[in-house]
Amino acid sequence: MNFRSTVSGLSAALAAVVIASGSAQAQKQYDTGATDTGIKIGNIMPYSGPASAYGVIGKIEAAYFAMINEQGGINGRKIEFISYDDGYSPPKAVEQARKLVESDEVLLVFSPLGTPSNSAIQKYMNAKKVPQLFVATGATKFGEAKTFPWTMGWQPPYQSEGKIYAKYLLANKPDAKVAIMYQNDDFGKDLLKGFHDGLGEKGSIIVAEDSYEVAEPSIDSHIVKLKASGADTFVSITTPKFAAQAIKKVAELGWKPTYFQSNVGASVGSVMKPAGFENGQDVMSASYAKDGADPQWDNDEGMKKFYAFLAKYAPDANRTDASVVYGYGEAQTVAQVLKQAGDTLTRENIMKQAANLKDFVPDTLLPGVKINTSPTDFYPIEQLQMIRFKGEKWEPFGPIISGEVRD
Amino acid sequence: MELFVNQVLAGIATGAIYACMALAVVMIYQAIDHLNFAQGEMAMFSTFIAWQLIQWGVPYWIAFVLTLAISFAGGIIIERLLFKPLAHAPILTHVAGFIALFAIINSVAGLTWDFTIKQFPSPFGSRPFLGSQLISTHQAGMIGVTLVLLLMLYGFFRFTRIGLAMRAAASLPESARLVGINVGWMIALGWGMASAIGAIAGMLIAPVVFLEPNMMGGILLYGFASAVLGGLSSPFGAVIGGFLVGIFENLVGTYIPGVGNELKLPIALALIVTVLVVKPNGLFGRTVVQRV
Amino acid sequence: MSTIQETVAPAAAARVTIRRSVSTIAQIVVLLLLLATPLFVKNFVIFQLTMWLVYAIAIMALNLLTGGSGQFSLGQSAFYALGAYTSAILMEHADVNYVLTLPASALVCFVAGVLFGLPALRLSGVYLALATFALATAMPQLLKLGVFESWTGGVQGLVVTKPDAPFHLPISQDMWLYYFTLLVTLLIYAASVNLLNSRTGRAMMAIRDNEIAASALGVNLPLYKTLAFGISAAFTGIAGALGAIVVQFVAPDGYTIQLAIAIFLGMVVGGVGWLPGSLAGSAFIVFVPNVAENISKGLSGAVFGALLIVVIFVVPHGARQVALYGEALAKKFLKNN
Repeated sequence: MNFRSTVSGLSAALAAVVIASGSAQAQKQYDTGATDTGIKIGNIMPYSGPASAYGVIGKIEAAYFAMINEQGGINGRKIEFISYDDGYSPPKAVEQARKLVESDEVLLVFSPLGTPSNSAIQKYMNAKKVPQLFVATGATKFGEAKTFPWTMGWQPPYQSEGKIYAKYLLANKPDAKVAIMYQNDDFGKDLLKGFHDGLGEKGSIIVAEDSYEVAEPSIDSHIVKLKASGADTFVSITTPKFAAQAIKKVAELGWKPTYFQSNVGASVGSVMKPAGFENGQDVMSASYAKDGADPQWDNDEGMKKFYAFLAKYAPDANRTDASVVYGYGEAQTVAQVLKQAGDTLTRENIMKQAANLKDFVPDTLLPGVKINTSPTDFYPIEQLQMIRFKGEKWEPFGPIISGEVRD
Repeated sequence: MELFVNQVLAGIATGAIYACMALAVVMIYQAIDHLNFAQGEMAMFSTFIAWQLIQWGVPYWIAFVLTLAISFAGGIIIERLLFKPLAHAPILTHVAGFIALFAIINSVAGLTWDFTIKQFPSPFGSRPFLGSQLISTHQAGMIGVTLVLLLMLYGFFRFTRIGLAMRAAASLPESARLVGINVGWMIALGWGMASAIGAIAGMLIAPVVFLEPNMMGGILLYGFASAVLGGLSSPFGAVIGGFLVGIFENLVGTYIPGVGNELKLPIALALIVTVLVVKPNGLFGRTVVQRV
Repeated sequence: MSTIQETVAPAAAARVTIRRSVSTIAQIVVLLLLLATPLFVKNFVIFQLTMWLVYAIAIMALNLLTGGSGQFSLGQSAFYALGAYTSAILMEHADVNYVLTLPASALVCFVAGVLFGLPALRLSGVYLALATFALATAMPQLLKLGVFESWTGGVQGLVVTKPDAPFHLPISQDMWLYYFTLLVTLLIYAASVNLLNSRTGRAMMAIRDNEIAASALGVNLPLYKTLAFGISAAFTGIAGALGAIVVQFVAPDGYTIQLAIAIFLGMVVGGVGWLPGSLAGSAFIVFVPNVAENISKGLSGAVFGALLIVVIFVVPHGARQVALYGEALAKKFLKNN
């Protein structure tokens, strides 16, 4: 640490000398964490603990920046990606965020994972005016540009997704009897709220709601109970393990509801395959990204780049794991922001550029889904397309739907 | 009424998971007179070994037997390397050792096999059992295996010399030593057997809950609860405890209005604690008389 | 008999004085270090040190329970959470000054501890371990409960405002909180030492050493055992409240069984029943995970486990053993001079 601060002190002194010598570098502006040669990006991930399944996102992001650096960096600057483990514990996330900002002196914190951890550090990041950019959670509260101008989400907000299912249902099956099972945490409740909002006055079509805890070994009892409610439509707001259990159990019970599966638990590789393809037929979901397990993208330009990246920089990664696709897309988006920021690498400009993404399309997004932001719109991805499981893959159907939170 | 029957059946099916794990808990308790907090992780690791063998093309039953052998040896090795040197350390230090073991196994499994869930095959298939969609052939098979294991354990502890010696070594090590029992090796053997039973439990549970490094987190708590409810000294009690907890929990979640669903685990645990307050040694445990 | 005592007494007295002086010197050195360190380090390190003290209080509280009365708890995270939420709710919903929330948290947790201690009276060993383990598992679910959501913020948790230094002291919020926490830590330490030396403390320790014998000697078992639970819970609650103020956030996910396990590990590493060891134990659970992460990101859990095993192999009795070695060395040194 001492060594590092000496080095950064030296380089700061050096920069001062360069500027003083007046060698036409006046347009370059740097905040802490950015220099002529490098940009420091901080990150917080649950590499250990209950959510360690998502830790792979951090590994993929690190690999992506390794690729960028090998290709010469961004505007000639190498990325130094510093990623810390918070074990999905909010107090630890605060400690790591402070370490990144105050000790490692990063320019921005990128893709910190989980709603609890991000909630815990949000106030601190905004007080310090350090970007908390593209948080890896779909909680709707991470896009409030006015209250928290230094915090921005990335994936579609859970509430939008809930609304889209509700709208689809009202349009195609208005007399449905709906049973809902949701994870009892921020994710489950947020998506549930979107669904309720989307139904509006038609809320009475919900005949049963049941929540489960992530500590529960098996959710069979909930499914048995929900089936007994007489519902003909099932909304499963679940994370991968429970999504797979639910799909399997519903099939075993011989229950054949119209089935909606939340996007978080709709990965072919880590949900549909373990649950058994035959059990998942006709399950519906909504998606914004291509699935690494889906052969229909084998000749897609974007996905070819993605597979080439995996082969070279992350050969151990499981391409059918949706988290791998996710990490790549996020890293590509932040790279775009840094590209746009040019030589003005101030924290303010980072947020300005992040709020100035126009029709940006990372390699891994579904055709037609684009990233758009503005100073009042801090929700980068807001479009989703309904998908239906057929055979061994998801088939998109219907139009690209915008599920804006603010309507 | 139909819902009630369904929930009881579903509870029995889930209870089989707990019963299986509870047997492993009782086994280790008989050997070391304590609970092993890393037992769930050991079972998970064994299951991954089986999964890896099957991936390599080994037929299920050969993989099953190989996994049992590896787990048995693994249990003994862990005892010899880790806990034998700590034999004279305070019991709380042992608990810290269990926690260290837990962290190591979980982390190594995560790095080796990553955290995405894996499908684990069942030798019994997953068709409806006897026409009931609530219990699949796998779950019926699991109950069957649990009962067979129970009988074997019962016989082992009751009628074989080595089983009796093991019980003696755990409950009264000093006296056991005086009558010529090699207490050290009895403990190691207990570790090996507990590890093997844990492997069976893991391989039976994985087809239901899917295989991943954190799969045993919740299950171990239920396994402890079941074993304690039934009485830690009684394999029979542990199995009954497992089924009771499974049924209990489902009925609480279904019939207690308002908070029942959100709090089914806390309520089930509170009921267990209440039972313990009334019967401190569990439903089927022996009463231990303490002397000064 | 009396002659022997007389001849032995002077030597023993000398030993006691040496021992006292060694431990007094050690205590003064530690105190000075605690007072001075924040002046020379970054705010981030001050924050880490504050968390270190907070966990040290929690470990000390468990030490009182386990080391004092021999009862074992894996459920301390529940009381920690209760203290944290009490403080956060009072501060955010009722605008109570943060200093005043500490006694309130202590009181709430004391009552909760006694209530939990009552059924726990009938349980011991693994049964008590399971009951407390169950409490720790149940707590996050209780905090999420819809009924309390308007108070607790449900799954979203509550954001807490960080207090400024009083009297316009020209020090940062972090530094102020550090000294405030240090003061509370010292007060709790003094209270704990006094408690263990009092009649109550001796009664508790008698229970720890042999319950049946203690009962035969007329110690009121139910009273002292529940009292031990209550006091331990109260101190843990204060730690939780301080933790909430320092971290500025409470949420159910912050108080899982992992926290209870960490507190337990801290006690073992520090040495069961030895209060100053709580500082060493706390250092272990706060800093060693970071060390492990630096060694290997993918295997941080395994590295942490391995380091823990090394510690319990080298010193099965925790930091207490190290202190005893140190004392022996110091004594030798003093004698030779």
